Amino acid sequence: MKITVDQDACCGAGQCVLIAPDVFDQREEDGIVELLEPEPGADLHADVHEAAQVCPTAAITLHDD
Amino acid sequence: MSPQEHALPYPLTPESALEPPREWEGLRRECPVADVHLPNGAPAKLLTRHEDVKAMLADPRFERDIRVGSTAGDAGETGDDSADLSRMVPSTGENHLRWRRLVGRWFTAKRMRQLRPGMERIAEDLIRDMTASGQPADLKASLAFPLPVFVICDMLGVPAEDRERFSRWSDTLLNLTRYTGQEMQAAQREFVDYMAGHIEAKHAEPADDLISALIEQRESGEDGLDDTELLGTSMGLLIAGHETTANMIGKMVSMLLADRSRWERLVSDPSKVRTAVEESLRADANQGFGLTRMVTEDTEVAGETVPEGSAVVCSMAAANRDEHVFSDPDGMDLERVPNPHLAFGTGAHSCLGQALARTELQVTLEVLLRELPTLELASPPEHLERVEGLLVGGLREVPVRW
Repeated sequence: MKITVDQDACCGAGQCVLIAPDVFDQREEDGIVELLEPEPGADLHADVHEAAQVCPTAAITLHDD
Repeated sequence: MSPQEHALPYPLTPESALEPPREWEGLRRECPVADVHLPNGAPAKLLTRHEDVKAMLADPRFERDIRVGSTAGDAGETGDDSADLSRMVPSTGENHLRWRRLVGRWFTAKRMRQLRPGMERIAEDLIRDMTASGQPADLKASLAFPLPVFVICDMLGVPAEDRERFSRWSDTLLNLTRYTGQEMQAAQREFVDYMAGHIEAKHAEPADDLISALIEQRESGEDGLDDTELLGTSMGLLIAGHETTANMIGKMVSMLLADRSRWERLVSDPSKVRTAVEESLRADANQGFGLTRMVTEDTEVAGETVPEGSAVVCSMAAANRDEHVFSDPDGMDLERVPNPHLAFGTGAHSCLGQALARTELQVTLEVLLRELPTLELASPPEHLERVEGLLVGGLREVPVRW
């Protein structure tokens, strides 16, 4: 799995960080998403899928191998 | 699509406090763009499907208007809107985006996580006071209301002792039917004066709080909020931090106790708290008015044309029970994943304070499960009463024993 995020679309809701804190973070200066782990291990896939599905601005895209 | 004979009076009235209005299901199925009339008689279109509500809320073309439908009218009709909260903070386009990022940095999930230990202590203290004064008790007055108020007062650095005034102001400003335009303006004036004085004081003597930080952000030469934006932001945060989460705590606990097997499942497995909070947000049928958009050009919704100039009310609560998105929408699945409910809105304007609200709801539930596992409703759920007339839905009281 490979993740990309759209920082222009992100509204800083923080849902992804609450669900998968090892994969997503928010920038200090404006609360916009940043990726900690663009290719997370299989144990994190369920959380990452959930984060992408509930993101209010659909700013997370998953590319499955 | 069956044509409607009469416009429905909005808000719709449910059978009981925790149940949805009977009309929702039929509207979603047969009349996804319904004609309604608002408390002041103004016509509007009501959206109830998940797909339509989501698209409308995320549409960058359309402006929000929280005053649509209020019997108090608009401050604009007297020509005095200088203190109109909804106009003090940029609400569209690039300006909104800039504002959102300047303020959003203070509401990140990580910052909210740092507030957790403080929130836990507040919850524990409030629960201890509640149990000390005997049962039954009103969980709303003892815990649900004071907790978010203490948290937001602490964040903003405003004294919690002034909370009765804040409650009066936010009740007045968020009420659709009870007050006149003059009363609303008077409340707004008092609130503006109070907050302007508070900002002045923080200017003179900065402390470790959000208002001081926003002042410093500007003065350090970075981009920052101007005076009006700072005032509007502080007032907006105080009001939003007041009614919404406070009411949601009461409704969440009531829904979980209304079928006590839900509560018991969480007592035995508190790791389900996060998804249980999301499910409570989804299942909340008494969410309030919904969000309004002014449609500024002819727009197609569910195969119909909504004409330019229409007020459109988006019922997130109705959308959250859409059977096309949620299986068994009228039940509660405490482990539902994913749960793309719209309780915080969606798109670029979705709730700024949602990580704060989620954290408060999670902490309150965790501490209650731990401290009062025997908690139960002290009266049958059908006896719970709704607060009437507010933009934000809530229960009058949440009577509990343990």
